[in-house]
Amino acid sequence: MIDRNFSPVAGTEAPLSGTRRSLTFPSLSFGPINKFFEWFGDLGIFFWRVVHAAITPPFEFRELFRQLDEIGSMSLPLVALAGAATGVVLSLEARYSLTRFGAKSLLPAAIVFSVIHETGPIITGLVVSGRVGAGIGAELASMKVTEQIDAIEASAVSPCRLLAAPRILACILVLPLLTLAADFCGLFMGWVAQALVEPLSFHQFISAGFKGADFNDFLPPTFKTMMFGLIIGLIACFQGMRTQGGAAGVGRAATSSVVLSSLFVILADVVLVKLILIFFP
Amino acid sequence: MATIDQVLIQAALKPEEATKGSGVPAIAVDDLHKSFGSQKVLNGISVAVNRGETLAVLGRSGTGKSVLLRLIIGLEEPDSGSILIHGRDIAGLNLDQLCEIRMKMGFLFQHAALYDSLTVEENVGFPLVHHKKEMSKSERADRVKQLLAEVGMEGHLKKMPSDISGGMQKRVGLARALALEPDILLLDEPTAGLDPISSGEINDLVLKLQAEHHTASIVVTHDLHSAKTIADRLALLNEGDVVVQGSFEELQKSDIAFVQEFLGHS
Ligand SMILES: Nc1ncnc2c1ncn2[C@@H]1O[C@H](COP(=O)(O)OP(=O)(O)O)[C@@H](O)[C@H]1O
Ligand SMILES: [Mg+2]
Repeated sequence: MIDRNFSPVAGTEAPLSGTRRSLTFPSLSFGPINKFFEWFGDLGIFFWRVVHAAITPPFEFRELFRQLDEIGSMSLPLVALAGAATGVVLSLEARYSLTRFGAKSLLPAAIVFSVIHETGPIITGLVVSGRVGAGIGAELASMKVTEQIDAIEASAVSPCRLLAAPRILACILVLPLLTLAADFCGLFMGWVAQALVEPLSFHQFISAGFKGADFNDFLPPTFKTMMFGLIIGLIACFQGMRTQGGAAGVGRAATSSVVLSSLFVILADVVLVKLILIFFP
Repeated sequence: MATIDQVLIQAALKPEEATKGSGVPAIAVDDLHKSFGSQKVLNGISVAVNRGETLAVLGRSGTGKSVLLRLIIGLEEPDSGSILIHGRDIAGLNLDQLCEIRMKMGFLFQHAALYDSLTVEENVGFPLVHHKKEMSKSERADRVKQLLAEVGMEGHLKKMPSDISGGMQKRVGLARALALEPDILLLDEPTAGLDPISSGEINDLVLKLQAEHHTASIVVTHDLHSAKTIADRLALLNEGDVVVQGSFEELQKSDIAFVQEFLGHS
């Protein structure tokens, strides 16, 4: 049975019960480090199973569409609001600092660049980590502790295929769209904040802002959020499906999904920003 | 439209029928050990169930009865020992092969484990949706109604699991377990929380499946009356092992103190 657990190549899959932790090193002081590597190893195996489930039939299209709808609609208002608020803040801050340095004419460009390059994507990633990470984490965790996930397995259906793959795919597909919404709200409110001080049409603001910008400024940062989606979906499903310990476990799973997915979103952003600067100069 | 009986009889004539009478037990568990951390739960347990036979598993709470059933369907892995289903060791199987075997097993969880986002009807239809893709919507609806009628739940199709009582959830769980006409049934306390009339109906249903479909069943129960009615053999578990195994009369004659105490208190 151990073979089944660790031979993902054959498209195999072991039950996701967290009961098969087997590595125990004698020294206690290595405990947390072992746990960390074990966690990473298990996450890798889980990821492989999800990939396998996602690329081999039968595909759970209905569940995918349901998740797209659910994840999209539950995050959209939050993302729009967060995007709008950062747009205003950026606008106020940029006005203050650029005026001080006598570069006020760069204001629209500064706002546009910072929104589409960084604040839009990362704000979306973090808001979705919170909302969807907790949602998926708690949902799957409560299914796990009430043996519903075991029941799916006992019915000879793969929980990875039925539950994890559609949720993760939906996160990957929805994040760039939500990022567009955050970008738009951020730019719009950034303009509003400017226009209140100094009359300027939205059209003027946008054309001044996008002068000198090309698709390389826009597409890579937007599409990098697919990676955020993968991280959020993967970690939330993983933490949810390995939950143990009743109702308390459900709370822990929801918390850890949010904490870990936001953390990894930020860490991934560091790497992605660097890569984007290298490949799309 | 085929009645459930016809469907079950047809299914009974399929390949697994070959193993019937050939001496290969449907379920053979040998020297099974299972611990959780430092807690030893199963301690070298061995049981075998033939087709057309029902084994009742008795024992105090926490002796590992549910764990035994979970091991048999592969939801947990044993520390050592073997589990053979129709003569095939499930330890060596990959997931596809294991799924093939699971499709022929019906599992009723101790707390029913109904999908809480699906209605009663969708819960029972779940295995059909995933494994009987050739079935049309209306065929499936008919089959679900039949199954729910078998357990006396045909009047609650559209309810959510949270809106029905624990005993009713149990019965829906049983209907779901029977959806794919399994030839092995693993029932974890099917009559717990049921009124005497409903539990009598469940007993009759298990007996009927056994007679018509030659189902091999392991039924965990605290209900001695039910065990006496449906089981060919009873196995009494204590501290992770079988203390005594045999017919109800044989158990009554046993001079082991624990057996007498157990039967005496029931
Ligand atoms: N996944 C698990 N992790 C840790 N302990 C478990 C697990 N599953 C069962 N146990 C323990 O195994 C023992 C037997 O449980 P169980 O089989 O549910 O008993 P019962 O005979 O009442 O069905 C209990 O003490 C329980 O705490
Ligand atoms: Mg139990």
